[in-house]
Amino acid sequence: MNSTTTTPGWARALGRLLPPLAVIAAVLAVWWWSVARSDSPIFPTPWGVVTGAWELVEDGSLWEHISASLTRVGIGFGLAVLVAVPLGLWMGWVAGAYRTLNPIFQMLRPISPIAWIPLAILWFGMDDISPIFLIFISSVFPMIVQTTSGVHTIERRYLRAAANFGVPRGVLFRQVVIPAVLPEIIVGMRIGIGVAWLVVVAAEMIALRSGLGYLIMDSRNAGNRYDLVIASMVIIGVIGLLLDGSTRLLERLKIVKWRYVR
Amino acid sequence: MSDKKNNTKIEIDDIRKSFRNAKGAELPVVGGLTLQVMDGEFVAIVGPSGCGKSTLMNMIAGFERPDSGQVRIDGREVTGPSPKGIVISQHGSVFPWLTVQQNLMFGLRGTSHAETKEERMALADHYAAMVGLKGFEGAYPHELSGGMLKRVELARAFIVKPEILYLDEPFSALDALMNMKMRNELLRILAEERHTVLLITHDVEEAIYMADRIMVLSPRPTKIQASFEVDAPHPRRLGDAWAQEMREAILRELGL
Repeated sequence: MNSTTTTPGWARALGRLLPPLAVIAAVLAVWWWSVARSDSPIFPTPWGVVTGAWELVEDGSLWEHISASLTRVGIGFGLAVLVAVPLGLWMGWVAGAYRTLNPIFQMLRPISPIAWIPLAILWFGMDDISPIFLIFISSVFPMIVQTTSGVHTIERRYLRAAANFGVPRGVLFRQVVIPAVLPEIIVGMRIGIGVAWLVVVAAEMIALRSGLGYLIMDSRNAGNRYDLVIASMVIIGVIGLLLDGSTRLLERLKIVKWRYVR
Repeated sequence: MSDKKNNTKIEIDDIRKSFRNAKGAELPVVGGLTLQVMDGEFVAIVGPSGCGKSTLMNMIAGFERPDSGQVRIDGREVTGPSPKGIVISQHGSVFPWLTVQQNLMFGLRGTSHAETKEERMALADHYAAMVGLKGFEGAYPHELSGGMLKRVELARAFIVKPEILYLDEPFSALDALMNMKMRNELLRILAEERHTVLLITHDVEEAIYMADRIMVLSPRPTKIQASFEVDAPHPRRLGDAWAQEMREAILRELGL
């Protein structure tokens, strides 16, 4: 659509930003008003959350918790990508591999990662390996499934063209199969990183001494610091948004742009 | 038109093909079709929609095997697709994730025409220029119009120097004006580089405009019902009396 001549760009940007900002403002207002009215001794006002968060920034513990959580997600998710993409491509391409492995993956997939926590503690103890394992388990299956279905939905005309030109197998994979599936792999990564972020917080609540999940539980246990609980929740939300945004940036790569135009 | 015409290039020998429908009933699609195409000849096969044209093309190009009968090229039975005969079809198969240049270079990986990357790039640029895509080598397909995309497809086929071109309604997704433009473009390139061409189409005028010989298909199960020689030199005028008469005759064969 062409830009209209009457409204300048900044005005239209404002028009798009204003409604969501208004919703956030309304939520804050209702929150503030109810806390003020109920006179709760524990539940903080929005301003209480801000000062609480500032405390954590000042003593440096916030960064430690954030980087602990992000490191776990980075390692667990990275390993999941390394396993899921080749495995998904193989299962998509080789019908026998699909028939053999798909049933067990379909059965493991709906098990909540939280259900694995006891086993993770049993196998890996109470240190960093457990949450990394949980993140791996939670993000590897959606990425396998997405990659496999990406191979299955490659348009036949492209595979036929490749067959027609009689190119070697390596060229077929590098120049046809993998680029054709790449958009689906990116979708899988978006799902995977979203689940990974959900899981790391849950895992840290139970088994660990660091991370944003631990921060939430610790704040509650150490004297009902609900201002810190809510501050952590907001930070978790913002980081989740940033993680999703950064995987969305992959969709702008030139090699996958064909999928998002038209 | 040339001395090469004495050799048979494609021999289609009584091929038949049936499919099973959802209820398991046998549905014969191609019912004993025989045809010979000479080396360097341009043969058009015209048939009504749904008469099994695409199935026929798939069998000739090697993507499907006939239930009985044989397709032979240079006397050897066709058992699968090969770069000897490149298919260009209605919806095209230019890879959307590769640039124009990468698309043209792609096919060369299955041939021995260009060993090094430099040679492949030089050939790609040459053929891009030949179809009028100079300056668009770095563009992605989604940045091109339908007509330009067809040019990429033609160049990608011609670059591997196929002995045969299989055209399956190649221009029918284009608008009428671009369709006519591409016919001329194709004839211009064919005058430069001789190929055997098998065109399958429902467009009678397209066949008359380009082909040396036109075969009319019967309804399903399809076989050759009639054959027309076109002797007129290029460029042809579809408004000429001979062309109009041939059009009428072919349409009568098609039951119109």
